[in-house]
Amino acid sequence: MRRIPVTHNSGGLSLFKIVKKVVLRHDIKQMDILAPLVARKIKPGQFIMFRVDESGERIPLTMVDHDPEKGTVRIIFQEVGKSTRQLGDMNEGDSVLDFIGPLGKYHKMTGGKHGRIIGVGGGIGIAPLLPKVREFQADGDEIISIIGARSKDLLILEDEMKAASSELNICTDDGSYGHKGFVTEILKQKLDESTNYDFVLAIGPPIMMKVVRDLVKPYGVPCYVSLNTIMVDGTGMCGSCRVSVGGKVKFACIDGPEMRGEEIDFAEMMSRQTRYVAEEKTSMERYLAKEGK
Amino acid sequence: MDDKARKLAGIKQKEKTPMPEQKAKIRAHNFKEVPYGYTAEMAIEEAWRCTQCKNQPCVAGCPVEIDIPGFIAAIQQGDFREGINVIKRTNALPAVCGRVCPQEEQCEKFCIRGIKGEPVAIGRLERFAADWEAEQGEADLPEIAPSNGKKVAVIGAGPGGMTCGGDLVAMGYDVTVFEAFHDSGGVLLYGIPEVRLPKDIVSRKTDYLARMGVKFEYNMVVGNVLTIEEMREQGFEAFFVATGAGLPWFMNLKGEGLNGVYSANEFLTRANLMKAYDPKNYDTPTWVGSKTAVVGGGNVAMDSARTAMRLGSEHVYIVYRRALEQMPARNEEIHHAQEEGIEFLLLQNPLEILDDGEGWVSGMRCIRMELGEPDASGRRRPVPIEGSEFVLEVDGVVIAIGNGANPLFIDATPGLKVNKWGNILADDKGRTSLKGVFAGGDIVIGAATVIEAMGAGKIAARAIDEYLSGKAGDWSPELGE
Repeated sequence: MRRIPVTHNSGGLSLFKIVKKVVLRHDIKQMDILAPLVARKIKPGQFIMFRVDESGERIPLTMVDHDPEKGTVRIIFQEVGKSTRQLGDMNEGDSVLDFIGPLGKYHKMTGGKHGRIIGVGGGIGIAPLLPKVREFQADGDEIISIIGARSKDLLILEDEMKAASSELNICTDDGSYGHKGFVTEILKQKLDESTNYDFVLAIGPPIMMKVVRDLVKPYGVPCYVSLNTIMVDGTGMCGSCRVSVGGKVKFACIDGPEMRGEEIDFAEMMSRQTRYVAEEKTSMERYLAKEGK
Repeated sequence: MDDKARKLAGIKQKEKTPMPEQKAKIRAHNFKEVPYGYTAEMAIEEAWRCTQCKNQPCVAGCPVEIDIPGFIAAIQQGDFREGINVIKRTNALPAVCGRVCPQEEQCEKFCIRGIKGEPVAIGRLERFAADWEAEQGEADLPEIAPSNGKKVAVIGAGPGGMTCGGDLVAMGYDVTVFEAFHDSGGVLLYGIPEVRLPKDIVSRKTDYLARMGVKFEYNMVVGNVLTIEEMREQGFEAFFVATGAGLPWFMNLKGEGLNGVYSANEFLTRANLMKAYDPKNYDTPTWVGSKTAVVGGGNVAMDSARTAMRLGSEHVYIVYRRALEQMPARNEEIHHAQEEGIEFLLLQNPLEILDDGEGWVSGMRCIRMELGEPDASGRRRPVPIEGSEFVLEVDGVVIAIGNGANPLFIDATPGLKVNKWGNILADDKGRTSLKGVFAGGDIVIGAATVIEAMGAGKIAARAIDEYLSGKAGDWSPELGE
């Protein structure tokens, strides 16, 4: 396949090289990818799309951290499908073919008004929550974080979240660490004690965001979520990522990914996330067979 | 046969020389191009149908003013090299235009042979000349002026951007085309399927432009990763914004969020750009039902329907609210779709997409329409017939009713004026409200054709040259609302 020599947007240095890789948990990996132009611009809440190679699909991932000086963008992902598995199998020094960003709206939720915020992160959703919490902290906000995972060995970024939050609460489904139970249980306690919060920001699996949204609603506190729906281009062109919000069609890629949660049709959104389950399974099996795994 | 005999034969021949193509039953299940194109003999035969009339009405019908009688005269003499060179003087993408231009609305519409019989097959001859050149190996480069060192940025590597970039580089400018996707071609790549426009042709065009000196930067979402202001700081002195119409419209129907409902953009991008038609070798998935309804009547609707059939859908319907005569699609696309077994449900309009209870499509509730008074577009307005509702049994739906203006670049470019639909305001030279920033194609005029975008690219290239060489006067475009 033709590839005329171009610099792409890596600033001519190299094609989106993986400069650092850390295995955070067995199938959760962190990578710093060299993409100077993206690193210079990307802000908390925005995302990138990557494509591993010529035959790969375009996958969106929300930024976790960035270093404009080194020109790197940090991503954290769980190997849930073929493309993330293939990325996870790559090592420092390898490169991905395409790395596009920053995408999505940057939404500065606070304006240095020293607000009170609750951040809720579930599973891999703690990763995109971290830069938001850091931004709130830098703005002088009081930020209560509630993070959860299925068990202790799947919990990520505890130290980083602790350092960025005024208060950190940890939950595990199995009770292997912190509170035994769901993040919503701690959230409910907090809201019962006080509703004096500017907003709740919840990032995690769709079902967690839905439950948080439903829980927060009667307290009258605004609730934001961040949607990581299935995308093709990530620039508003295809509408694959569309969600119904108050009966209107919104695109997660250009209207979001952060949105007010109150009117999102989560049932439809969760259903749409299952569109390619069968195709993804076949693709994964073929990849594992090919790699002899 | 001598020229005199050929001429006589050409005048006698009332209809176009037929173009061989894949049989409908076979091609409906493969992704190969449908028409094979003329042989040299067929091209010469067809070229002699042109009488080389004095008034040349065909040229006035061409948005890029190709010297049509000129290139046809060369083909008459079997001088195909001269033929393609005549075309390339004004058209950078002949292999594309020969395939996708709506010739019946442009050059061929005005051909005098069309008065009593069929017009000369100008599009097929253009395609022949371009394909002939490709077979000869590397295409000749046009004359390129010495570098003047002035940097121009083109935003969007679609037909408009490619044309503008090619014209400017030939004038000596240092041109960089910034593309958001990972490859160039724009709608030629993600939208128009292989059956109508093989992707090799688009790649060949990119290579040709690169050989001319055009630089391509991919994965560049201009606005987000770089702003116009930052590009000015990098030394770019003029800009051509050709980002296309990339925001699919939905109908706001109940059930449009169900699984199995696609925008045409998503459906075609998965199949074409991401090559989902080849799941053994490419990772991007797609899904088609056994019965697919495509809503709309344009070329994109035809492309979607024919792609759905090739992906394995057994019944494919075009659901269009007006009559066949009012369909905006090219005649050839309608004809090909009909031949391939696409069923046309005319004067019918969807009301709701039905849920099978598990979040997937189980049908589409529709209503029959009749034609009433003409609307603003001059076409008779379709009016619902009361009580005529029915359910069309389908499990997949593609919404192909058009695109609005993508807001991404515009939102990131303060001071750039747009109209109430979000399209960039530009004057007849492509000048916008921002000095040095030109725009053209779908982002300005709304959804249009490949050739119109190319025409806009050409006009902008000329205007950018005037502007950068100080011949343009003040920057005071009249923009309207």
